[in-house]
Amino acid sequence: MTNSAPSPIEALKDTGPLAPPTSRARDVWDQFRKHKGALFGLGFLIFITLVVLIGPYLWTVDPQKLDIRSKNMRPIYTAIWDSTANVGWNKPLGSDQLGRDNLAQMIAGGRASMAVGWAAMILSLVIGTAIGVLAGFYRRIDGLLMRTTDLFLALPILPLLLLAVTLFRQPLRNLAGPEGGMFILIVTIIAITSWMPTARIVRGDVLAIKEREFVLAARSIGSQDGKIIRRHLLPNVLSPIMVSAALGLATAIITESALSFLGVGFPSDFPTWGKMLADAVVRMEEYPERVLLPGFAISLTVLSVNYIGDGLRDALDPRVRGR
Amino acid sequence: MLSYATRRLILSIPTLLFISFVIFMLLQLAPGDPMAQVPLTVPDEVKQKMREALGVGQPPLVQYWKWLVQVFWIEPQVMFDWMFGTDFSEGKQRVISWQTRSPVMDIIIQRIPQTLWVVGVAYVVAILIALPVGIYSAYRQYSVFDQAGTFVTMIGFSIPPFFTGPLLIVIFSVQLGWFPSIYDTTHVVTDWASFKVQLMQMVLPVMVLALQITAQLSRYMRATMLDNLKQDYVRTARAKGLSEAVVVMVHVLRNSMIPVVTVIALGIPSIFGGAIITENVFKVNGIGQLLLTWLFANDLPGVMTLTFIFAVLIVLFNLIADILYGVLDPRIRYD
Repeated sequence: MTNSAPSPIEALKDTGPLAPPTSRARDVWDQFRKHKGALFGLGFLIFITLVVLIGPYLWTVDPQKLDIRSKNMRPIYTAIWDSTANVGWNKPLGSDQLGRDNLAQMIAGGRASMAVGWAAMILSLVIGTAIGVLAGFYRRIDGLLMRTTDLFLALPILPLLLLAVTLFRQPLRNLAGPEGGMFILIVTIIAITSWMPTARIVRGDVLAIKEREFVLAARSIGSQDGKIIRRHLLPNVLSPIMVSAALGLATAIITESALSFLGVGFPSDFPTWGKMLADAVVRMEEYPERVLLPGFAISLTVLSVNYIGDGLRDALDPRVRGR
Repeated sequence: MLSYATRRLILSIPTLLFISFVIFMLLQLAPGDPMAQVPLTVPDEVKQKMREALGVGQPPLVQYWKWLVQVFWIEPQVMFDWMFGTDFSEGKQRVISWQTRSPVMDIIIQRIPQTLWVVGVAYVVAILIALPVGIYSAYRQYSVFDQAGTFVTMIGFSIPPFFTGPLLIVIFSVQLGWFPSIYDTTHVVTDWASFKVQLMQMVLPVMVLALQITAQLSRYMRATMLDNLKQDYVRTARAKGLSEAVVVMVHVLRNSMIPVVTVIALGIPSIFGGAIITENVFKVNGIGQLLLTWLFANDLPGVMTLTFIFAVLIVLFNLIADILYGVLDPRIRYD
């Protein structure tokens, strides 16, 4: 009898796992790294964040200081093709019509734009997630909250933004100073008008997750609603929240710049990218760099944030990951 | 379907009333005073009388009611009179702009053609570009064309119009001198030469707007095409021996167009809303620019009416998009 065991099929020959197990974060990062645009975006966002955070300590010129003697200077690189240009190492990116240093203004403006962007994005995420989770979890208030969301979606956003900014500028200025008041106002308004997509996505996900067994298990061991939401629901809806965070940051930065461009943003002596661009448009022919520098700063920041959002969407989606 | 549409239409009335009430209360909180521009030598009693003449002295709810009556009852009558030459609205108070002291609706009607020309043409151009681009980049996913298309789309998303506008002005009207940088609204089209001038001045604003709209639409088109190309019915169609052109352009495209058409419908209010920033950059005196002027001039009746019209359009086209979805997609039943 040659009744030996049949030779095992190929797939069963493995004695142990071929590679050590990887964590979820590691998988996400590996997938994220494959998206070149997202990687570039992350690099640029870190770069610009560092510049606006550390920049003021390295380049200690006051962005609002008027230096009328050295006004209208060109950036230092203009000297490469135009040896007669008015350049100097004391103003590496040139100066504006009042002699304010462009590099210092760019750094300060970036600070304002990034601060508004992050604050507005976080606030709108908090509102959107709270409303989405509540609407998805509690059936009683679902109808009311979702009708409210629809109502907000029906509001004309940019007109209302302009309206609110022009109307409430003065009272808030008296309350928290010209810059602080404007900051609070812009952040609040952008957040109030941009939380709806997040709320809808989160509600949809919560509705699906709520019915799963682990939520039932958590409830059966006596977990309170608050605990279930915090420990079981929120971690599971984190990926759509992160994707809408990236998109929210991009819209918030653009909206802030648009408001500054239309002249309803921060006070006139407070530099932001949008305002630098708006001020420079009239002198665009002689000094194109004053439009291009803040314009490219806004566009590249928003572009990189959009790419990060794109990469995150792929990386956090288990159906795409690992292919 | 009809009962669904009727139900939605009736439901949108309280929504619109609520929106108008919110906008109105927001404006009531405004610190601005319509008499701020009147010289200080005018005595206070006279100013008070002038305020009352504008209807400001009354309680907010009375003002709101009067505004409602004017917009929903008197303005339609004016419209009816204008169309049929009757005189129902004779001697009735219309919504008057504080800034120009003329009826708000008349000013809006004057401004609408400019906005429609520029923004409407941009929308049409964007649709004409976006659909083929989206279809082709989905069909050849990850090809060079798709990669380039995705990159351009990303740029269209990311570069704000207040940057592309000046950039295009510098390149095309300052350096090359091809197109005018300012949109001349007084220009009248009478013959071919003047039509050409009109076209030339429309190129730049249309380019700026179309870039943005194309970016959104082509991305959407590509996504829905990709979804549909993976479906089983596509394999069936190919297995039947249908030509590739028929499979893509008839079977897949018709199914992908359903969500795209609704997205296009949802975007139409923004045509009437005007592009506030683009109109500002190119000095088009359309609706968006009008809203900005009125806002800065603290012209509350004007701002109120115009914002409300935007809200009506948004609600209306949301409804149309939902109904279109049901009409186009037989799988969706609203009853």
